[in-house]
Amino acid sequence: MATTDLVLETSQPQLSRRQRLAEKRLPWIPIVVLLVLLVCTAFAHWLAPHDPTSLNIINSKLAPFESMEHPLGTDVLGRDMLSRLIYGARTTAQISVTALALGAIIGTVVGLVSGYWGGWSDAILMRITDAALGFPTILLALVVVVIMDPGPTAIILAVLLTVWARFARMIRGDVLTVKGYDFVTLARITGVKSPVILWRHIFPNVANTLMVITSLMVGQIILLEAALSFLGLGLSPGAPAWGIMVAEGQEVILDVWWLSLFPGVAITVVVLAFNFFGDWLRDYLDPKLRRAR
Amino acid sequence: MTNDVILQVRDLQTHFFTRSGVVKAVDGINFELKRGETLGIVGESGSGKSMTAWSILGMVPHPGRIVGGAINYLGENLLEKSRGEMREIRGSGICMVMQDPLTSLNPVFTVGDQLVETLRLEYDEPKRSLRQRAAQLLANVRIPAPEDRLANFPHQMSGGMRQRVVGAISIARAPNLLIADEPTTSLDATIQLQYLRLLKDIQDQTGAAIIFITHDFGIVARMCDRVAVMYAGRIVEQSDVEDMFDRPAHPYTEALLQSVPDLDTDVDTLPSIEGQPPSLDALPAGCSFAPRCPHAWDRCQEYPDEFTVAPGHTSRCWRSE
Repeated sequence: MATTDLVLETSQPQLSRRQRLAEKRLPWIPIVVLLVLLVCTAFAHWLAPHDPTSLNIINSKLAPFESMEHPLGTDVLGRDMLSRLIYGARTTAQISVTALALGAIIGTVVGLVSGYWGGWSDAILMRITDAALGFPTILLALVVVVIMDPGPTAIILAVLLTVWARFARMIRGDVLTVKGYDFVTLARITGVKSPVILWRHIFPNVANTLMVITSLMVGQIILLEAALSFLGLGLSPGAPAWGIMVAEGQEVILDVWWLSLFPGVAITVVVLAFNFFGDWLRDYLDPKLRRAR
Repeated sequence: MTNDVILQVRDLQTHFFTRSGVVKAVDGINFELKRGETLGIVGESGSGKSMTAWSILGMVPHPGRIVGGAINYLGENLLEKSRGEMREIRGSGICMVMQDPLTSLNPVFTVGDQLVETLRLEYDEPKRSLRQRAAQLLANVRIPAPEDRLANFPHQMSGGMRQRVVGAISIARAPNLLIADEPTTSLDATIQLQYLRLLKDIQDQTGAAIIFITHDFGIVARMCDRVAVMYAGRIVEQSDVEDMFDRPAHPYTEALLQSVPDLDTDVDTLPSIEGQPPSLDALPAGCSFAPRCPHAWDRCQEYPDEFTVAPGHTSRCWRSE
């Protein structure tokens, strides 16, 4: 009897750990958050109860729930907070997704080429990367804005110009490790062509890094976009963007606290959701944790 | 007779151009290999064994370069081939079995995908028939239920199985020459034996010649027809296996053979070779083994020629003159 207990005791936690892993399949909360973001992005003009830019001085500084007309209150100029948040999601998603996707693609290609072929191409590409990393983002953005008109495209370009280099640097480091693995050598020995080796053997093994950087970058990009808008280098001050909203509320935060709080919470929740989703994706893509098919 | 020779290495020189000088990793070696023959290349670490292998494959790592000699494969000099031609020859003509078979599979792809990837280079066929070939290959390396195994990821297989899969990938394009670079050093004794049997099996099936790079004379005795002993980038003695074991001509070979443990005789301490192998960028002027050689004399100030001590048995030692 005693032995049976012992066996049960030792085998039980292992089983439940495996069950937990299996249950860890879908991260529901982050998915819901990201879905809400997606829906807000796609249908902002139907969901928002008011025009996010229409002024109404009479109804200014309404606290949340003070009037059912404006459930999350209004700002200093009487604009509806809820509508501005919903439209802000659209702005944020458009800018960060575009900048991130372009940055990830460019950075990954540069990192793969640089790390795999090495030599001169590596030296040149990495010096360019260093330059991009070393250049202050804000300064870079200023240059971009001087050349182009301020607006979403300018912000995307400014963000892109610094973001790709971080991808390139990280991916290159990973490629250098993976390149030395025996299965890459084996592929070369059996006569597989370099582009095939890069795509089939090296890229999938750096994809985890790519996911992790991407999920971490989302937060930084949202903040960067906010900072650029705050400095007036990107979107115009009245535009509904979370970063601008935080910045606008900052001056009156003791008086009208909800102006900064709601967009701040929105940024935090979305960034967290991306991070958790990224974690899950990393586990999911790891074949060692994937169950036998 | 010459028809049978598939690989002929003539005065091969592979040097590394480092900041501190030129390192002559391979310094003028000669050997040839007939179809179905197994040549053992024996030597200490850093004697140039592996660089010989990478030279033949045309994959000498930076900053190394082949600076002289010829590698004739089926009558054609590989050193005159372009990169693309070399890639064609690798795998289909000359292939290598990796030093560590356990890490030679990509963790993110199934075994079947990896076999098919290699097979696709050789056969222009639809995927289904490639998968059949892959299953056949797994069967050839004695993996049970090969069709089911194709869908496995490497981590779902045991160590012994994975080696077999790596073996199967190496022979997928039916190469004429297999180079095995210390394929058993990372394995425990039982799996070592299994693996050696597998290589023999592969050789019997395909008739491939094998170059076996090792520092283990036990493996040489078991596997090889001929042996070449390398020291400091040169082949110091070369002969048939039996001849080498019966009548080693070079003092280095002698010393190596003495340092192999023998179960029949009872010794307290195993003989070892005094001193260190010379650094390749600062070789002594004469015979590179002289500083460690118990028989060294004035003649050794000059590098010895290659002397024939018996038919097919050469030695680079003045004592064999």
